[in-house]
Amino acid sequence: MLSVHVREKHYADRGGKRHVALRDLRLSAAEGEFVCLVGPSGCGKSTLLNIIGGLDAAAEASVGLDAGAPGASVGFMFQEPRLMPWLTVMQNVCLVCGERPEAATMARQLLEAMELGEVVDAFPGALSGGMQRRVALARAFVIEPRLLLMDEPFVSLDAPTAGRLRSMLITLWQRRRATVLFVTHDLREALALADRVCFLSSSPGRIVLEHRIELPRPRDPQSTEIGTMYEELLSRHPGLLAGLGGDAQDAA
Amino acid sequence: MNRPADASTATAGVLGSPGKGGAPWRPGRDVLLRLASLVVFLLLWQLVAVVAQDPTVPMPAVVFERIGAEVASMDLPHHLGVTLFRVAISFAAAMLIGAAIGIAMGRWPALDRFLDGWLVLGLNIPALVTIILCYIWFGLNDWAAILAVALNKIPTVVVTVREGARAIDPRLMEVARAYRLPPARKFLQVYLPQLYPYLFAAARAGLSLIWKIVLVVELLGRSEGIGFQLNVFFQFFDIAGILAYTLVFAAVVLLVEALAMRPMERRLNRWRQ
Repeated sequence: MLSVHVREKHYADRGGKRHVALRDLRLSAAEGEFVCLVGPSGCGKSTLLNIIGGLDAAAEASVGLDAGAPGASVGFMFQEPRLMPWLTVMQNVCLVCGERPEAATMARQLLEAMELGEVVDAFPGALSGGMQRRVALARAFVIEPRLLLMDEPFVSLDAPTAGRLRSMLITLWQRRRATVLFVTHDLREALALADRVCFLSSSPGRIVLEHRIELPRPRDPQSTEIGTMYEELLSRHPGLLAGLGGDAQDAA
Repeated sequence: MNRPADASTATAGVLGSPGKGGAPWRPGRDVLLRLASLVVFLLLWQLVAVVAQDPTVPMPAVVFERIGAEVASMDLPHHLGVTLFRVAISFAAAMLIGAAIGIAMGRWPALDRFLDGWLVLGLNIPALVTIILCYIWFGLNDWAAILAVALNKIPTVVVTVREGARAIDPRLMEVARAYRLPPARKFLQVYLPQLYPYLFAAARAGLSLIWKIVLVVELLGRSEGIGFQLNVFFQFFDIAGILAYTLVFAAVVLLVEALAMRPMERRLNRWRQ
């Protein structure tokens, strides 16, 4: 189980004044739970993931991932694929798991499962954007993470490609059962993926509403069930996506 | 940037790897062009020698004959070996120390500001001054010679590598941190590849600078090496000897460039194609 408490995270100087990005934010996730974080841009979603992933040492925060040291196996997927351009696809995946034979076998299996078996020796520069994301996804799963942090990993992809990556993600997650924190600003995407959606307020960000989803998977973001849920949430909590969240908090 | 304008830039232009720009690299045509250039050079030389009719301008044939004689007597191989050894040691030392300082200065701005004055000083001290001081302080020995050469080169390596260390992509370093890569793997596979273009620029410029300075160092204070031999020939006005040693030395440097530096660079740049 993951539990996070951010007391405060501020930037000393943003546009000439102190900016509090997050304050008194508590978040927890059960083992193997898929949690989506939704909020307006600038509410500190990425900042939160960086804190949990250990990339931000300056925050006043505590992150607990009990049973096993935190950070021992955390996968991270960024907004951009962030592959090393001088390493081949295979080397990029093996970079995070080492060259042990069983790790290499695992990497090859993952890449084949993602239909990248043909390009394991290609350099990332030769791949399409969608393929690069798939490599990044394989890299995140090859370490068999207990926690997987995903920062809008499918933005700037066309809808069919993003849809394919989403179903690959769900398949892998169902097989490996990692705890997933998935940041997005697209509510439909969140509803299609998550067990639970957490809504963040505008800055300083805190969680103003949680919404549990029991629909069976796979779900299509464009399906009527997701559409109905989307409309219902927004009519019950107007301004939810803008991060106002005043009445949303009462309802929660 | 306060990069010194040494003669190495001209050499780098001549030796610049083909196919780096827009044109695709065609080995056959490339070799042909290089051969043609060599033939034209020899013809021009012959022409000048014939027109001049002067003992200070020997014909190519005379010089090549002399090369043969010097090789047969083992004089040339011996002195060449000694000089190349000094080049290799001082080159390796300058690259290692310069890269380490450059990385540190690119990484820590405080250190950068602290050392920047020293760096400017180092860049602007004439090579001759460093050589003389090294000989006076450390004696007329090989280590003083190698130190003098390395000290001349280190500041320019620092400047180039510092540029690279400042251009490191923080987003890729975040990947390394997020996945808790062990330090060695992080350095060798994530950090260092970002510096390769800068290290190669430093190495190319470095080699051509160092082999010039090594000759001066040998001329001033050693009793072996190409530089020493050139000085001897100078005393006797032996132009053929001077040209023979120079040609062989230049050929070796070209070979090192073509057989070591360029293939290595092409290999490390494979992913850019």
